[in-house]
Order: sequence, then structure tokens, then C-alpha cells
Amino acid sequence: MAPAAAGRLLVLVPAWDEESCVGTVVKEVQSLLPEADVLVIDDGSTDRTAEVAAQAGAKVLSLPYNLGVGGAMRAGYRYAVRSGYDIGVQVDADGQHDPTEIAGLLDRLADADLVVGARFADRGQYAVRGPRAWAMWFLARVLSMIIGVRLTDTTSGFRAANRTVMQLFARHYPAEYLGDTIESLVIAHRAGCRIAQVPVCMRPRATGVSSQSRVKAGLYLARAFLALALALIRRWPDSRGVPTAREGA
Amino acid sequence: MVQLAAVLAAAATVVFMVEMLRRRQLREKYAVLWLTLGLGLVMMAIFPGLLVTVGRSLGFVAPSNLLFLVAGLTLLLISVHLSWEVSRLEDETRILAEEIALLRMQVESGRDDGPP
Repeated sequence: MAPAAAGRLLVLVPAWDEESCVGTVVKEVQSLLPEADVLVIDDGSTDRTAEVAAQAGAKVLSLPYNLGVGGAMRAGYRYAVRSGYDIGVQVDADGQHDPTEIAGLLDRLADADLVVGARFADRGQYAVRGPRAWAMWFLARVLSMIIGVRLTDTTSGFRAANRTVMQLFARHYPAEYLGDTIESLVIAHRAGCRIAQVPVCMRPRATGVSSQSRVKAGLYLARAFLALALALIRRWPDSRGVPTAREGA
Repeated sequence: MVQLAAVLAAAATVVFMVEMLRRRQLREKYAVLWLTLGLGLVMMAIFPGLLVTVGRSLGFVAPSNLLFLVAGLTLLLISVHLSWEVSRLEDETRILAEEIALLRMQVESGRDDGPP
């Protein structure tokens, strides 16, 4: 199933109150990629997310309180680096990311350091309309220009990273909302990592609804631009405060 | 009467800061800042002519404008400094939270999949 997956593979699943879907996602990944380990990062859930994930056979990293996707992923990447994994794949716990697409992401890792699974790249029928769609389109254009690779879905949390990128993200993964996707691309690019995009089909969310109201879309747009602006003006890498000595382990 | 009230208020501020410091409720770096400001207030309350002289010589039409300007700038700087401190503390607590999660996982799994 995953020919390019040379080395140890860790599937990282950030989960916040996802007890209804996280078990299914873990089991699906395990049946498709039996050689991979699955790490569920329980981001301060108040429900049984950690328990369900552990029962499904995943390793569980439980954060003491909610840190947001950025904090959860930074902790996950730090675990991956310290435990000696070579490849990390990020998959959402809500079932939106189809685990059968992971193999396609891994294939592209042969000539890239970070592979983004993009939902608008000519495949699938995931529809987003209105201001949110314009924001995503504009972000994609600007980021494509900066990075020099055509990207169509910059806020996708479906990614595969090799060890170089994981080492970078273990230290510098942005914590702010939307920074985890937008700013992390800029960080990876400035660190000299090669970024590639693979078209994927996204499934409708298993539970819950994506926020689509007008006000929320407007807020989303504003925050996305703020995240982008910050990403562009920020000085980095900023090694302050993060332990680095043991990360070579 | 007004001057007496001003002196008392300024002195009360200084006493309050000293008391906070004595009860270990304030870190030294903030105590120094507030004590300096408090003592400045006491000086101005005792010698109101000082503000008038300085204000006039700097070209302020009303000496109180100098006071407002300095007070405004000082408060702005202090609040910016506090935002910076809070951001730094939040960064530090986030790192601690991540490290605690990693350590707990290592302990609970019987140290078989963490680093040696």
C-alpha cells in the first residue's frame, strides 16, 4: 500500500473532544498501514477521547489542557523526533481525511520534505462558498507566490513530513489559530524545505458541522490574513525557551 | 487641603507597594518601578511648584498637560511590558504542558517507547 514509506512511520492525530470518530480513524489507519504507529494527541478533551483512542490501539499523548492544534502538533512532532520516527503524517480525528490517501502523500515524500494533501486540487467535491472560499483562494495565491510551488489548499491539516521537517516543527510549530497551517508552510519554506502538494478527496465530516455563517466566515478571513501577515514579518527561528538538547535522541 | 490630600494619597501608594513587597506579593522588578513612581508622586504632591516650573520651561501652556502626557506614556509602556510578560509566560506554560504530556506518556507506558 505504501511503497515509498522507508523508515518508521508515525500517524499523528490531534483530537479535541472527538470520542465519536477518533476510534474509527485509528482503526482505519491501522488496517491500511499496519507498519505504522498511531499517536493520538488528546488536546485537553473533556470527553472519552483518550480512552477510546487507547482502546482502538493508538498511543495516546494527553495534554493537561487545551493548547489548540498548533500546540498539540508541536508536542506530537517532539514525540516523533525523540522516539526516532522518520516520517510523520498528520490526520484529522474527525474523519475528514481519508486514510487511503496517505499512500499518495508518502509517495511524494520521495522528492519533497513536506507534502500537503489539498482538497481543491481537481479532485473530490468538497464545496466551500462565499467569503471563506475567497479567503482560501487568496491565501493560496499569496502562499504559492512566496513558496514558489502551486498550492491550492493552504489550510489543509492533512500532511506528511520527513524527519527534517519534523525536527523543525518540534521546535517551531506555530501555536496561534490558523498559524498551524499557514505559518508552518512559511517556516518550512524559509528553512529551505521542499514543499509539494498532492490532490486528495476529502470526506464530509463524520460528525459536527463546519462553521459557515457569514459572521464566522468574515472572522475567519480576518484571522487568516492576520496569520499570514504575522508569518511574513516574523523573525524566526526563535529558539527561545524550547528544550533542544535532547531532540537529537 | 488639596495638597494634604495629594500627599496622603501618594504616601498611601508608597506604603501599599512596600507592604505588597514585604508580603512577597510582588516581584522586585515591578516593585522598583511602582516605588519609583510612588516616590515621584510624593515629591510632586509636596512641591507642586516643581511641576509648574518644569512644565513652563518645556513650553507647556498648562503644567497639568505635562503630567497627563507623562502619566499616559508611562501607563502605555507598562501595559505593553505586561502584555509582553504575559505572552512569554503563556509560551512557557505551553512548553511545560507539552513536556508534562510527553513525560506522563513515558511513565504510563512503563518507559518502553520513549527515549532512553
